Amino acid sequence: MDTMEREVNSPTLVARIQKKRRADASFILDVSVEAPPGITILFGSSGAGKSTLLDCLSGLVRPDAGKIVVGESVLFDSALRIDIPPQKRRIAYVFQSLALFPHLSVEQNIEYGLRDIPDQDRRSRIEEILQAFGVETLRKRKPAQISGGERQRTALARSLVTEPSLLLLDEPLTGLDAELKAAIVEDLRAWNEAKCIPILYVTHSREEVDALGERVIAIDNGRVLSHGAPMEVLDAPRRKRLAQAAGFENLLDATVLDLREHDGVMRLRLGEGACEIEVPLARACAGDRVQVAIRAGDILLASERPRGLSARNVIEGRMTSLEQRGTMCVARVDCGVTFVVHVTPGAVRTLELAEEQPVWLVLKTHSCHLVD
Amino acid sequence: MNSLALSFELAACVAAILLLIGTPVAYWLAYTHWRGKFLLESIVALPLVLPPTVLGFYALLAMGPRGPLGKLWMALFGHGLAFTFSGLVLASVVYSFPFGVQPLIASFEAVDRKLLEASAVLGSGKWQTFLRVILPLSLPGVVTAGVLSFAHTLGEFGVVLMVGGDLAGVTRTASIDIYNRVQTLEYGEANHLALLLLAIAFGVLCLVYAVNRRVWTPAWTRWSAK
Repeated sequence: MDTMEREVNSPTLVARIQKKRRADASFILDVSVEAPPGITILFGSSGAGKSTLLDCLSGLVRPDAGKIVVGESVLFDSALRIDIPPQKRRIAYVFQSLALFPHLSVEQNIEYGLRDIPDQDRRSRIEEILQAFGVETLRKRKPAQISGGERQRTALARSLVTEPSLLLLDEPLTGLDAELKAAIVEDLRAWNEAKCIPILYVTHSREEVDALGERVIAIDNGRVLSHGAPMEVLDAPRRKRLAQAAGFENLLDATVLDLREHDGVMRLRLGEGACEIEVPLARACAGDRVQVAIRAGDILLASERPRGLSARNVIEGRMTSLEQRGTMCVARVDCGVTFVVHVTPGAVRTLELAEEQPVWLVLKTHSCHLVD
Repeated sequence: MNSLALSFELAACVAAILLLIGTPVAYWLAYTHWRGKFLLESIVALPLVLPPTVLGFYALLAMGPRGPLGKLWMALFGHGLAFTFSGLVLASVVYSFPFGVQPLIASFEAVDRKLLEASAVLGSGKWQTFLRVILPLSLPGVVTAGVLSFAHTLGEFGVVLMVGGDLAGVTRTASIDIYNRVQTLEYGEANHLALLLLAIAFGVLCLVYAVNRRVWTPAWTRWSAK
């Protein structure tokens, strides 16, 4: 199939959904999403409305209003009173809990959705998917007798063997180590090369976004915050909640001191202290209270005052704590406000970093992001 | 027919009927969101706290020649319902209802809802989902319901006395027989039957507890998809 043909035949998900949560009247999911073939990531903190959105798309939950279309088929339209039941939507949905049937073997689980398919066709489809997801040797085992990763593969295979026109994944790979996760995602991508359906992948993990990302839709408190390529959406966070979710460890209160329009920067004073930094120009006036988000990994740490740098922000401070977490060291540096900085254990040894020691932090202007 | 065989026949009929009626009732109670559900739950549990004589008394009135059930039965079959085996079965079904329904409700409710959603998304309707997921996963509950209603019917006395009378071979069950023999001072005979009922009751309870401890059930029923 060439690219042109693919684009014509490939279904795109277009949905507009409004849904009140029954238990919490103040929460309203109100979103418009569009997902072309390929992986689209639905990113947001827990409680943002991601799972509610997937439940609505799959037909398990009925939206209060809206319209859901996949390719040519209208699955839900509140104006036309169309509401196709989940059984007939041809949407595959893999839950976080996977929901494998514990009384059925791997093979029987995969066979579950193929009841109406003629025998011969059913056999060949099962064999094909067992191989594609590398679970053919486990076919007689029960879900309790296989590993976590194997369960995740089985759940994917069970959903995809029905040849759905849309795949919904609700954090199906949480709890797997990175290598296993990457292998499963690779199989999923390979499978979708041929089938070319939209895949909505829900996660609140920044790492998964980087590993999978083609497109991201960021959701918070029931609304779409922004959408686009992962870099655009998550690396320049416009909102505080998104900044926290996207892994910006430093979220600091600041006051605008002055704007330098011709340099494209403005100066901020951090907290109540004397510490000043330069950040990219944004719509603000001198005296405004703002917040600035900085990744712990974007900050350089020096044991002597650095010189001859292009970076505009060099701040002196004192190391208050240093602890190793996995393959990374987390340093806290007091510069009037406290910064969290990530450094490698190697750097800690080479620089002979220790607590109570004076250090200098180096921040690139464009690593500092103003958030609303 | 001896009284013990009659008791067994009665208990088997009641257990079978209760599984048939109890399953849809339990399904509905386990999955409905209806606010008034507690009303039906209370009705189902009522025989647990009601004296058997009260239940038997109203059953007798309903089944009598001027009661609604008695009239209906007369119109359908040409004879009354009170003091017949059918009447005994009917009254016993009501009396053992909680024992047949409550274990089913508990086991249906214990099935992970996500499994039902997964089944729906995979194309199975409610009936298919019940047959392919809920029922196999509720097997211990079904066994418990069947065995408990069987055992409870086997041991009942008050209701049988009220609606059955004491007709040899028709409504004289083992428990009534024991009572009669004590009245006529046939202690040896009474002891014989009583010991048998005791052994059966103990055996049946052992079976129920073993099933619920999953002594014999296969490993998969012990694993819940969390």
